[in-house]
Amino acid sequence: MVEERFVQGNEACALGAIAANCRFFAGYPITPSTEIAEQMSILLPKYGGSFVQMEDEIGSAGAIIGASWSGMKAMTATSGPGISLMQENIGYGFITETPIVIINVQRGSPSTGQPTMSAQADMMQVRWGSHGDYEPIALAPSSVQEFFDFTIKAFNLAEEYRVPVTVLADEVVGHMREKLIIPDKVDIVARKRPEKVNGQYLPFDAPEDGTTPMPAFGDGFNIHVTGLTHDERGYPDTNDPDTHNELVERLCNKVLMRRKDICSVKKENCDDADIVIVSCGSPYCSVGAAMKKAREEGIKVGSLKIDTPWPFPEEEIAEIAKTASDIIVPEMNLGQLVHEVERAAHGEANVHLIGKIGGILHKPDEIYDKIKEING
Amino acid sequence: MIIIDSKLCKGCDICIATCPKKVYSKSDKVNTKNVYLPFPENEEGCTKCGLCEVSCPDQAIYVEKEVE
Amino acid sequence: MVEKESPYKKYLREERLPHIFCPGCGNGTVMSTFFKGLEGTDIDFENIAMVSGIGCSSRIPGYAKCDSLHTTHGRALSFATGLKVGNPDLDVVVFTGDGDAASIGGNHLIHAARRNINLTVICINNNIYGMTGGQISPTSPKGSFGTTAPYGSRDKPFNLAELVSAAGASYVARWTTTHPLQLSKAIQKGLENEGFSFIEVVSQCPTYYGRKNKMKTPLQMFEWIKENSINKRRAEKMEESELEGKIIVGEFANKPHAALTDNIKTLAEENSDKPLAIKSAFEELD
Repeated sequence: MVEERFVQGNEACALGAIAANCRFFAGYPITPSTEIAEQMSILLPKYGGSFVQMEDEIGSAGAIIGASWSGMKAMTATSGPGISLMQENIGYGFITETPIVIINVQRGSPSTGQPTMSAQADMMQVRWGSHGDYEPIALAPSSVQEFFDFTIKAFNLAEEYRVPVTVLADEVVGHMREKLIIPDKVDIVARKRPEKVNGQYLPFDAPEDGTTPMPAFGDGFNIHVTGLTHDERGYPDTNDPDTHNELVERLCNKVLMRRKDICSVKKENCDDADIVIVSCGSPYCSVGAAMKKAREEGIKVGSLKIDTPWPFPEEEIAEIAKTASDIIVPEMNLGQLVHEVERAAHGEANVHLIGKIGGILHKPDEIYDKIKEING
Repeated sequence: MIIIDSKLCKGCDICIATCPKKVYSKSDKVNTKNVYLPFPENEEGCTKCGLCEVSCPDQAIYVEKEVE
Repeated sequence: MVEKESPYKKYLREERLPHIFCPGCGNGTVMSTFFKGLEGTDIDFENIAMVSGIGCSSRIPGYAKCDSLHTTHGRALSFATGLKVGNPDLDVVVFTGDGDAASIGGNHLIHAARRNINLTVICINNNIYGMTGGQISPTSPKGSFGTTAPYGSRDKPFNLAELVSAAGASYVARWTTTHPLQLSKAIQKGLENEGFSFIEVVSQCPTYYGRKNKMKTPLQMFEWIKENSINKRRAEKMEESELEGKIIVGEFANKPHAALTDNIKTLAEENSDKPLAIKSAFEELD
């Protein structure tokens, strides 16, 4: 039965995690993501799940990776300083190909910054925050419903690609209250157990653009999992350049080569648009009103909303850059994703940033004013 | 019977120090890695207590127990 | 036919031997004492899952023929917490060192002890950072030398067994590599204890600690540890000044109480009619 509720974004996220069969949560209190941990502590015991309040965010990231190898779908939630602390273990998640979900409810930064205010401060940290080469997957919700839907999608992508997946929310989405529709059935990707071939199992023997099924500890595969560069048996092999190349390139390729399957954008009025507003996450909330006002005045404005900032939807941006003369990028930072938009646009369209920090979401008129300025 | 796995022994001599019956001595034989191996010079003194087996850091010692 | 090889070799990944430990390093001895201790319990080796952080001692799980998670520096206990809570049926053992557990991982150590999570932690304390080449550690004795204490360490070291007992662990013991039988008995008790078990093993690092501290051979280090060890019961009757630089060995805590995983299970039973979810990531939902 479809259920309708009026909830906060953070609560919708917790409900999405439960719907995705997440039965393990480890976290540490931090504003503005704390309600997710609180909700999980209420919900998990009711579903036979486990909740652990860890001693810090580093421990939280470690615990969910451990839980994932125990055979559970596992999640943590954090903000600002917490996501910084988690970076090393997130990198461990990439090299060991561990499916985990990290919810990042962004806040004003750097450092302790503005704990109660919104920002899109970590767009690049999610991309590059841990040391080394890797290709992350991130989803950015702009509504309470999307926070629920994208949390489920994050679990599915994590399982399918065996990667840490981040839901890049922000304080606005985390704390706003809207109607949430919980469907009676959601599509869930279950983890696949490997098979032993001739009594053998090579835990990291995967095709060059893919991954391989992952057993749980205790399943009898006796596997060794390490953050060191490893061969297909999982054994450390840290001095052979070929082993390192093969491993890291495969880890990147399994996401890059299937970028089209992962990337998701929502386009409105783009076909005839001279100006396209490219938004991601909360700023999308103000795009509709600005676009409508401009259209009413005969200015051909479209919208492209990026659901998946990572991997970045290059082709989709390149395509609109060919037809539109100008692209506006409203971001709650001083310019992060805009550089990716510029790169993907290849100079085919003028790219304008509306960078805004301080914690308050763009008002529709701030976007509208930019449209007017460009339109002349 | 005591068997020392010459492939695994790193020549640390802990067996010599550990054995309460002073069974082991250093030999003049080396393995492929030029490690001077110990040998059970005084094997008749061995009580098969297994202390050398568990102490050997390289899992290189086997002490045959009484077969029942 | 009986294989004529060490009785502890069957637990190891033979294709990876000999292991990377230096000649005379105590890590290999601790490995064998662990298997000896395990043989004294009813636990099936197949059910053991090992977790470790970074450092020489953290390489041990990579040689054992069981599931093992070699994690980030200092964080083994947090990964182990997730693994054990995720599947309380596993027997989770953590191998760690003095730098890994007491320095970078100190916070995880005291909290895991406080929660009394049912893990067996074997902390190989060689008083130095071996993997990085002999830097001073939080357990290095006052006056000892390391590459980052060229004039001798001025700091007071941690007493790990006391620290972890005070933090709430239900079983704590300290032995040395020169006490393999007592050590394996303590490991056996730790494995059997339904709560946080911490076994500190004072061990020799002949390559770095020994060379920096006038003990050039493994045997000199071995003898030094042996001579300086004092049983806890005897130590209790001695003056503090007499105990300076001594290694007090014995049991430091044996006070079983409710473990974290039991508390989580009870909470789920009180709030749900479903059994505790285990390996649920593999469930196909409809």
